[in-house]
Amino acid sequence: MPTVTVRHFAQLREKRGTHEETIEVPVGSTLADLYRLLFPEEAASNLSVGCAMNHEVQSPNTRVVEGAQVAFLPPIGGG
Amino acid sequence: MDVLTHQPLHPDMVRDVVSDHAHGALLVFEGVVRNHFEGREVIGLEYEAYPEMVEPFLASLVEEVRGKWPGTELAVIHRLGRLDVGDTSLLVAVSSPHRAAVYDASRHALETIKEGLPVWKKEILTDGSHWKPNAG
Repeated sequence: MPTVTVRHFAQLREKRGTHEETIEVPVGSTLADLYRLLFPEEAASNLSVGCAMNHEVQSPNTRVVEGAQVAFLPPIGGG
Repeated sequence: MDVLTHQPLHPDMVRDVVSDHAHGALLVFEGVVRNHFEGREVIGLEYEAYPEMVEPFLASLVEEVRGKWPGTELAVIHRLGRLDVGDTSLLVAVSSPHRAAVYDASRHALETIKEGLPVWKKEILTDGSHWKPNAG
């Protein structure tokens, strides 16, 4: 099973209670699958998040790759 | 120059980066923490960022500005951590040979930052707090 590091920010960091965690995911999992695994309540609501893998924005349908750094990006508020 | 810092911001931090004797126009924009949101009193803000994505995002914005307005230079710094009302959260400096480009490039840089920079803001009110996204 692929192992990935997930970075957490803002409300998703508060939900998980950590800035970063390492997780094993089933072979063939997509970023959307991982999001549903980590945040079942948010996935069911309409909080729109972006997906990033290895610091690049990706489609939720992208397959998770071994050793990747994944991040789910809540609506941004910089400036 | 670090594009993210927990230290207080001062306009000279970006002004000095873009300053050029061949440029006749230099504009520094400051984003400042305001004291109200929809009629509620704001005490302060807390910012956090994804540095590994902020750095390439801003590097690509600098290249885009140089391409669209030849001869123009851009520097951006975003502050992180807890800020009080009146503190500066963002500095955007643009310099160019001529004045029209600095206004256009500064506005473009600011809108691009507001739409896509991976930075998050928690608004701390007298009666609670919430993560506040930028208006679409």
